[in-house]
Amino acid sequence: MKSSLKLALGLASAVVGSTVVSNAAHAEDLTLCWAAWDPANALVELSKDFTKETGIGMKFEFVPWTNYADRFLNELNSHGKLCDLIIGDSQWIGGAAENGHYVKLNDFFDKEKISMDDFVPATVVGYSEWPKNTPNYWALPAMGDVVGWTYRKDWFSKPELQKEFKEKYGWDLGPPATFDQLKQIAEFFQKRQIDGKTVYGASIYTERGSEGITMGAMDVLYSYGFQYENPKKPYDMEGFVNSPDAIKGLEFYKALYDCCTPPGASNSYMGEGVDAFKSGQVAMHMNFAFTWPGLQKDENVGGDKIGYFVNPKGPGGAQFAQLGGQGISVVSYSDKQESALKYIKWFANKDVQAKWWSLGGYSCLNAVVKDPKFPSSQPYAQTFLDSMAIVKDFWAEPSYAPLLQASQKRFHDYVVAGQGSAKDALDGLVKDWTQIFQDDGKM
Amino acid sequence: MLNRTAETVARATPEPLARKVRGISDKGLAWLFISPTILLLLAINIFPLFWAIYLSFTNYRANRPNEVVKNLGFANYQRILGDRDVWIAMQTTAHFVFWTILLQTLIGFTLAWLIDRKFRGHAFWTTLILVPMMLSPAVVGNFWRFLYEPQIGLFSYVIAFVSGIPPTSIQMLSNVSLAPWSIIIVDTWMWTPYVMLICLAGLRSIPEYIYEAAEVDRASNWRQFWSITLPIALPFIMLAVLFRGIENFKMFDMVNLLTGGGPGSTTEVASITLKRQAFESWRTGYSSAFAIILFVAVFGLANIYVKALNKVKQR
Repeated sequence: MKSSLKLALGLASAVVGSTVVSNAAHAEDLTLCWAAWDPANALVELSKDFTKETGIGMKFEFVPWTNYADRFLNELNSHGKLCDLIIGDSQWIGGAAENGHYVKLNDFFDKEKISMDDFVPATVVGYSEWPKNTPNYWALPAMGDVVGWTYRKDWFSKPELQKEFKEKYGWDLGPPATFDQLKQIAEFFQKRQIDGKTVYGASIYTERGSEGITMGAMDVLYSYGFQYENPKKPYDMEGFVNSPDAIKGLEFYKALYDCCTPPGASNSYMGEGVDAFKSGQVAMHMNFAFTWPGLQKDENVGGDKIGYFVNPKGPGGAQFAQLGGQGISVVSYSDKQESALKYIKWFANKDVQAKWWSLGGYSCLNAVVKDPKFPSSQPYAQTFLDSMAIVKDFWAEPSYAPLLQASQKRFHDYVVAGQGSAKDALDGLVKDWTQIFQDDGKM
Repeated sequence: MLNRTAETVARATPEPLARKVRGISDKGLAWLFISPTILLLLAINIFPLFWAIYLSFTNYRANRPNEVVKNLGFANYQRILGDRDVWIAMQTTAHFVFWTILLQTLIGFTLAWLIDRKFRGHAFWTTLILVPMMLSPAVVGNFWRFLYEPQIGLFSYVIAFVSGIPPTSIQMLSNVSLAPWSIIIVDTWMWTPYVMLICLAGLRSIPEYIYEAAEVDRASNWRQFWSITLPIALPFIMLAVLFRGIENFKMFDMVNLLTGGGPGSTTEVASITLKRQAFESWRTGYSSAFAIILFVAVFGLANIYVKALNKVKQR
């Protein structure tokens, strides 16, 4: 009886003790929130070094892209404590700063001697600053990303195709320098038989639900002359959003969709694009650069079979690309802000950034990307650098969500559903955006 | 003797429970038991409704908690009723409701009528027909999305096989004309069994002797159908139409999974527009007003319909 009692007491104290120890060990665990994608897996790997160095454990809350904005914006709006650190989308900066969701990092940067001059300028503007182009920092550039293109180098280098292409178009088949060339290549490959399989020209963004078609169409529109607003008068959009050049750009995007995409590609975004390229359906593939490490490693289409090129030039020679990517911020509702700031300090370190790049993340630190060895470090490194030099981003206004929804609707109605003209779509967009800024009291 | 018996009975009868609980009447005890349910109902049904009504008169946005909430009066309602896109979404909804109800009622009633013949194996076929209804809409949506896939989908191949059109030309979800029908087909496939079940209950409720009397009067099968089967089953059919009508007016999951409202806004029903305004554009006040308008519309139409249903039942 006595021994049974001792055993029971022993077990009970062991259970209680282990719980206490376990709670103590996890008291400083940080939760980092991000999208569920390849770079997130790389960050998990990278963060093990942080835990080794500081003893602070890292937990991760990754949500698929389709629910990423809904899930985390809800969390921030409800002042939730789930995330200590968040890698939020570039468009969120304005709203997150104005609504007090993120901790302002200026004092911390000054104290820790973290200089924004050490980061690629476009990423600082895109991921960290609000208001834009002012030294008010709400995030550390974490994951550089930009829309670019991959192509089937093995198909492009087939002698019979090169010959046929040259005869038809008068120039050598290769990565296109202009959008006109891109369309010619796409038309050339559309419904062609390669290795006994029907292939198609290009996979482009057409997704309606979140931000897909806007990211894709903007990629073309910028280089055709689209501007969000009059550079001399904020929120003055008439003649800029719907300029004749912007109209031509949108007409081009529709023509590309009509002529050269695979059947049924009416709701295609990052995942569908990767699937189309990996399954050997398309000759060219528009997507964010984060997909490139995975494609490079792919047994069927990677290695020597894949090539990369920067978003081509528009008819007037202008060349821009849609900015993607995110900065890492400390959530102002977190109880562990000190530890979270420790993580930011650790993440800004040059060696950590170098390892981040080697694991498949895209560093924004000049010391990494301007290293002479960087362009040859990966087959896509140079294309990434060139692309990051020409980026433009969507509105980062606090009202970015309705602004985005308006463009999603107008672009999809015209490009995919074929309703109205490009002029109607862009005139309508000016109307929608004007209404949103009027509601915000900005006009 | 009688008094003694009455006393014995009174002693044997248990005292009302309430009397045992100090100072609480039977009515009070009943309220005590029912109050948690009422409180829960008020918290999750009534309070949100009144809160939504209040928000519908404001410019409140859930993603801008620090902003001053202004009272806009009826401005949100005015804006919704004057918004061309909202009316298009309502038309799209009406189109879906009309066609899905028509097809589901016709096919559902026909199936019920055939099953009611009680042929050999009718129980097996009844169970088989009910399978789609038992599946989750998420599963059905994804399943049909693959079936409609123009390059690998079975649906496209079957149509191509029958019609001779290349399968890649049959783009059910991308084509503006076909996309609405792609949703109508799936909804009909999934919910016709439900209509069939209700109609079957109606048909089984018809007493056999009425048909026997009709046989004696030498009424033809057609005459029996028009004069006996249809009138008696009509309230059941109308009930099925009411249930499906209310459900399809709110249709969301199937459209969201299959087309997401696209291509363009071709299949954007009212519930999708509402979700976009509420949870993507974060116009909480505006979307509350929209939700109230939809609620009033469904409630009003359902009321008119129920009155008609009652008249049919009384005949």
